[in-house]
Amino acid sequence: MTASTTAGSGRHGRSGRHGDGMGAPVTLQDLSRSFGAVRALDGLSLHIAPGELVALLGPSGCGKTTALRIVAGFEAADAGSVTVDGKDLSPVAAAKRDMGMVFQSYSLFPNMTALDNVGFGLRMRRLRAADRQRRSAELLDMVGLSPQARSYPHQLSGGQQQRVALARALAIEPRVLLLDEPLSALDAKVRLQLREQIRALQQRLGTTTLFVTHDQEEALSMADRVGVMKDGRLEQVAAPDELYARPATAFVAEFVGIMNRLPGSLLGQDQVRALDTVVPVHGDVPAGLAGDVDVLVRPEGLQIAAAPGGNGIVTDRTFLGSVTRISVRLSGDVTVKVDYPSAAAASLTPGESVQVSLPAAAVLVTGRR
Amino acid sequence: MAAVASTGQAIAQPPGPAARPARRGGSFPVWRWAILLAAAAYFLIPLYSALKFAGLKAFPGIFRQSGFISAMGLSLRLALITTILTLLLMVPTVVYVHLRLPQIRRMMEAITILPIVIPPIVLIIGVLKVAPGFLLGTPYLLALLYVILAMPFAYRSLDAGLRAFDLKTMVEAASSLGAGLPATLWRVVLPNIRTAMLSATVLTVALVLGEFTMASLDLYQTFPVWIVNFEQNSGPVSVAASLFALFVTWILLMVIVTAGSWSSRKRGGGEVALFTVVRQDFSQTTGEPE
Repeated sequence: MTASTTAGSGRHGRSGRHGDGMGAPVTLQDLSRSFGAVRALDGLSLHIAPGELVALLGPSGCGKTTALRIVAGFEAADAGSVTVDGKDLSPVAAAKRDMGMVFQSYSLFPNMTALDNVGFGLRMRRLRAADRQRRSAELLDMVGLSPQARSYPHQLSGGQQQRVALARALAIEPRVLLLDEPLSALDAKVRLQLREQIRALQQRLGTTTLFVTHDQEEALSMADRVGVMKDGRLEQVAAPDELYARPATAFVAEFVGIMNRLPGSLLGQDQVRALDTVVPVHGDVPAGLAGDVDVLVRPEGLQIAAAPGGNGIVTDRTFLGSVTRISVRLSGDVTVKVDYPSAAAASLTPGESVQVSLPAAAVLVTGRR
Repeated sequence: MAAVASTGQAIAQPPGPAARPARRGGSFPVWRWAILLAAAAYFLIPLYSALKFAGLKAFPGIFRQSGFISAMGLSLRLALITTILTLLLMVPTVVYVHLRLPQIRRMMEAITILPIVIPPIVLIIGVLKVAPGFLLGTPYLLALLYVILAMPFAYRSLDAGLRAFDLKTMVEAASSLGAGLPATLWRVVLPNIRTAMLSATVLTVALVLGEFTMASLDLYQTFPVWIVNFEQNSGPVSVAASLFALFVTWILLMVIVTAGSWSSRKRGGGEVALFTVVRQDFSQTTGEPE
């Protein structure tokens, strides 16, 4: 979509040492990769602007990790290319690619202290011991782990280990930072803290970053742009707000956030009738679709009002803070979720009759399930 | 043991078809002690009898016997050579299998158990057929045989050690940080399987110092062979020599185990035990009890 418009929006205050730490542009071109009969990647193309953080989001098996591993050099693509700064990386070994990587599983070297782990990449680059020590200590300080410099990995918590791993990946001032579900092994609270820390560091250093995750909240909250993947292809690449508000396909719509399916019927190619309302269709109607379809609407995209003899009955309500999510059973055994301001939701209790309606906004349509 | 368990269960829990002994830890130490004592008696009584037969006075005599120094020296040299060869062959093999060919691990286990199954005489003839000429007629030919004999133990130790840490991720992490294969092996892989390598060393050394069949078939005077030959001259001194050999082997193993455990505990690694590698950080036993 909008390739580089959102790129590097927050790279203020880069530290002096990383002065030229501006990340490099990365381009994935038509990447394909099969494992036996399984097509893990099927013509994936993606451009990442310098300093941008792009998240690849998708269900397990969608090929997102394969894509990351090809960029890292741990897998070879059957076809297609990865270029960094305009240079094709295909012939370059993983060790020479200058990419920092944080893995899903704990990957610190158990035989080294936190400080030595961070310094490992610098040692491989034959940096003098004194410089190495100083820079490793700086990086550890950056992730807030100076007191743990002399600790071995087994003495650190999971969150601390991943922070050391992040410092280790950043210590080599990589041109590209690769994050392979680095938070998925951590508990919820630590995950949230680390999410913010990673984003802040990435913006401060301006490192081009490719982030793979199956957690949509993580992707939406951290990334400049999110690429939603399915079956080895990108369904849509867009900024988080755009992805949520204007999903390009039904898959994206249902994968990102909560989506209601309402029975509807197509009237020509640009209008659809649902809940006794005729509304315009957003985007193109998928090929071959006609007559009965499902209309996709977010919980906040539906209107609800208490009404005796209305078209639905409240079955459940969940308090979510400022809004309350109300489950309503419509005729035909269709259940929808509707968000309503909590302050005004007191009357919408289970058993209550309500009228659910569709405002006059464009909606996505998909095949009837 | 099954009888023991069910007796304990009958007392501790109400009878029921699905009732299983929940935890046996510390519930009937008497039985444990009895089993331990029975096992100890089985091992210690012969040793005590041997000591009584030989008498303490026989011990200084061992060192004055002709052939003692050379036999002991040969055994120690063979232990050293065998250990080095075993590690040089097995470490890269096991690492390679774990990294690139994990699907053949089962097959490797089957192959490496063969030396235990194949009769010694077959192994000897096989080795004689393929051994390089300069080794024929020297006692160092035995080292080749011992490498084969040590393979089952060395393989299992190293395999357990490698399974205890995430080799693939470690290698990829090192590689992404710019380490080539040699640096990865030297700085990341080897330090983390040190415990397993020590276990392999301990088992190999113990095996070489005690091996009799092959050495005697090949007519080389290793320490165990010397003891048996010597028995025909002087019973007590020969028995004293056996006890001495046992003691030397035991001391050697304890030194290796203690040194290994000490240095590995410092970094949170495993305890070196003869047959298992226990990773304390995962509190998970990955060894293969033999």
